Amino acid sequence: MSKSLKLYLGAAAGTVVVLGTAYAAANASVDYPEVAVTHQKSAPVAAADAPAPQDEADAPVRLAEAHQARTTASDASHITVPTTMPEVSTEAGRFGLGRAALPEEVAAWNHDIMPDGSNLPVGSGDVWTGDEVFAEHCASCHGDFAEGRDNWPKLAGGQGTLADKDPLKTVGSYWPYLSTTFDYIRRSMPFGNAQSLSDDDVYAITAYILYSNDLVDDDFVLSNETFMDVEMPNAEGFIVDDRETTEAHFWAEPCMENCKGSVEITMRASVLDVTPDEGEDTATSEETGPPVEEQAAAPQAEPVQQAAAEEAAPEAQAGASIDMALAAEGEGVFKKCKSCHQVGDGAKNRTGPMLNGVVGATIGQVEGFKYSNDMAALGEAGRSWTAEDLNAFLEKPKDFLKKTKMSFAGLRKEEDRLAVIEYLKTFQ
Amino acid sequence: MSHDFVKKSLTRRGVLKGAASGAGAAVLGAGAARAQGPDPLITEKQDWATGLGDGVDATPYGLPIKYEDDVVRRNVPWLTADPISSINFTPIHALDGTITPQGCAFERHHSGAIELKKEDYRLMINGLVDTPLVFSYADLERFPRENRVYFCECAANTGMEWAGAQLNGAQFTHGMIHNMEYTGIPLRTLLEEAGLAAAGDLKDKWVYVEGADASSNGRSIPMDKALDDVLVAFKANGEALRKEHGYPVRLVVPGWEGNMWVKWLRRIEVTEAAVESREETSKYTDTLADGTSRKWTWVMDAKSVVTSPSPQSPIRHGKGPLVITGLAWSGRGAITRVDVSKDGGKTWETARLAQEGQNKALTRFYLDTTWDGEDMLLQSRAMDETGYVQPTKHQLREVRGENSVYHNNCIQTWHVKPNGEAENVEVS
Ligand code: HEC
Ligand code: HEC
Repeated sequence: MSKSLKLYLGAAAGTVVVLGTAYAAANASVDYPEVAVTHQKSAPVAAADAPAPQDEADAPVRLAEAHQARTTASDASHITVPTTMPEVSTEAGRFGLGRAALPEEVAAWNHDIMPDGSNLPVGSGDVWTGDEVFAEHCASCHGDFAEGRDNWPKLAGGQGTLADKDPLKTVGSYWPYLSTTFDYIRRSMPFGNAQSLSDDDVYAITAYILYSNDLVDDDFVLSNETFMDVEMPNAEGFIVDDRETTEAHFWAEPCMENCKGSVEITMRASVLDVTPDEGEDTATSEETGPPVEEQAAAPQAEPVQQAAAEEAAPEAQAGASIDMALAAEGEGVFKKCKSCHQVGDGAKNRTGPMLNGVVGATIGQVEGFKYSNDMAALGEAGRSWTAEDLNAFLEKPKDFLKKTKMSFAGLRKEEDRLAVIEYLKTFQ
Repeated sequence: MSHDFVKKSLTRRGVLKGAASGAGAAVLGAGAARAQGPDPLITEKQDWATGLGDGVDATPYGLPIKYEDDVVRRNVPWLTADPISSINFTPIHALDGTITPQGCAFERHHSGAIELKKEDYRLMINGLVDTPLVFSYADLERFPRENRVYFCECAANTGMEWAGAQLNGAQFTHGMIHNMEYTGIPLRTLLEEAGLAAAGDLKDKWVYVEGADASSNGRSIPMDKALDDVLVAFKANGEALRKEHGYPVRLVVPGWEGNMWVKWLRRIEVTEAAVESREETSKYTDTLADGTSRKWTWVMDAKSVVTSPSPQSPIRHGKGPLVITGLAWSGRGAITRVDVSKDGGKTWETARLAQEGQNKALTRFYLDTTWDGEDMLLQSRAMDETGYVQPTKHQLREVRGENSVYHNNCIQTWHVKPNGEAENVEVS
């Protein structure tokens, strides 16, 4: 304590300090005096020794006494124990820490685009290109026409619904600035593979989203030059926070008695019944065995895995029969899966499970991934991914398994399915 | 939103469990008052009193004892398409005091909780500064730092309750909040280190902050606030931030909505205007009844909730002494008073604050009372140092309509039934 105290004081430019012996003061005072004055609450620490206040009226008095006692103690020892941050000059480079950022570094990160279009990169893209790129990288979640799939965000539609019950807020109906769309897609989408698109592709996709919202024609080309020509329907739809005026009546002395006549229950949560069960998401004590058993189980799991690996080995050799040309085509098809699945060294679970070794494996068995109940059940019933099943699943996931969590429309072309399965085989 | 696949409800299970334990409690309660026979827990030698417990090397970093393993974050699967871009909830119904342990403090991320090493961490300051700078993590540790306790509340906390009572549990209705002691550097210090002369008049300038994860969550903060109490924090509750809270460095924006507390903070840019990023246009804006939307609604209004008794924390002991407790907070400063009503808002009693309200931090309140075993419609109502009084849902809807999602700080009602069970309800 004393060491760090000295260092701390030493850093305080221009503060003259006499280091004395009084110690109690240093231990007691951890509060910021200026805060204590504004909010009248220096007491909590000092009050720790005092018995809990019996009633509120009593409390401030005792706390004040305690505070006084503390002040006196430090007076007696001629020490001022600072609890405010050191005053330092506001001169730039005062600490001399950090280093100058290089222009290339700033350029690599400084991507935000302002509503007036400043900082837009040079580039362009048309609606038709956008349609293709969107189909490849975005439609699996956001739908072919940006209308959204399942619970994934909808990017189109909803114009004129903002004053309705349950308005539909999309790029077209709600977003005030086009800069936001470009900026967000360029830095954060596709989900799971952000920053993978070229600037031209981002222009094209943005043009396609505008088209899906009926805001431009199909021959529209979006570029850094045409960018500010686009009018966003809800540009004027926003006001700055006005709570302090429109809600000024919330600042008022509250009622304590006879505040209303009768009180009726008008709605109950049990009617909707949408609260998750406590056991649903997290193991509870009833479901998890005591940790001791878990530990005992852990070492057993390892040999099993090893055995599995050994078993897999001959198969991998048999992998000589993999059609490498077909697998190479599959790599291209796999781009459609990449936003949700990883393969190869260090592959992790993302929106979907990692897919190393999936061909031939038991269905729904990747550790740490939370499958839909139905997929997990297939695995528990001992089903594995035969080439045939995979082919069916990938054609139309929801036909194969109605309640699968995989929100993916499917691969229409048989050759794509076979190619991607071949590609997956290379990760045994 | 489809709610239909969450069938088993906490309510139903809770009712069964609660009813059973209610009966048991009655017997036990009687036992304690006039012993029917000696308690074997006292008269018989117990294993734990004769054998040995764990050694000091058993748990280098401890988790709560297994009997508490239901005190965990939980999520609501139907809220989002994917748990990678989703939210979970702090088990506030089971905690006491005010500090939230990091391990059960709610998480919200937009592209998953990433793992970023201190060695790989870089923080850039650019834009309208004298010298754009890059700091390493080690550089940050050399600036004077401070310790402050603040609450962090997601703007969507209680958002599912706008249209009516929906989720049955304080964890789900109010659990997008945590309260920690942060160690960090004032943002002002870092901005001054880079030099603000280049920004000219600071009054209308902004600071754009951005995270290093794929969502690249970015928000614009007015310069006033940036120079006031914002911290660049690297410790919480004394230890390194957890990865889900932005390890190694996050922003702390006291009293303002949680989305601005950018995690994995990588860039701070001084700008002429707000960037109008996706998180400050598409999201975190509040649509009013007429279809216009408020933007820049940063401050979190004063709010409170009874955490026990509540749906997940029913009364199990029958009538007699009862501790009613809860949390209160305000983004405008300190809580000065909390009133509690047992009759749905007809009459109010002022609760005891465990400690005087702290600036922009959680305050714990208690009402030590006697329960007559009758129905209660429990409510709490917070007041802050600006005189703001937490409104009813009705008052909020009068101003804002029913289409808001964010900033629902209405008074919450729990219906406590004679069997001790509690339910989330709305009252007239
Ligand atoms: C794997 C599913 C997935 C894919 C593929 C995907 N997205 Fe998204 N998208 C999401 C999720 C999830 C969000 C919400 C993220 C969040 O919560 O921050 C989102 C959000 C968006 C938003 C903002 C929506 C709003 O209302 O705020 C836009 C725009 C968007 N995506 C565009 C795209 C584009 C363009 C592509 C293709 C380049 C794409 N997305 C690919 C899942 C996906
Ligand atoms: C939008 C995200 C998404 C896309 C795109 C996607 N998947 Fe999936 N996939 C999932 C999810 C989620 C699951 C888990 C399904 C369940 O639990 O019901 C899954 C499961 C699977 C499985 C079963 C894994 C196992 O462990 O049993 C295979 C195989 C698979 N996907 C292959 C593919 C292929 C090949 C593609 C591309 C053609 C693809 N997926 C595209 C999300 C996706």
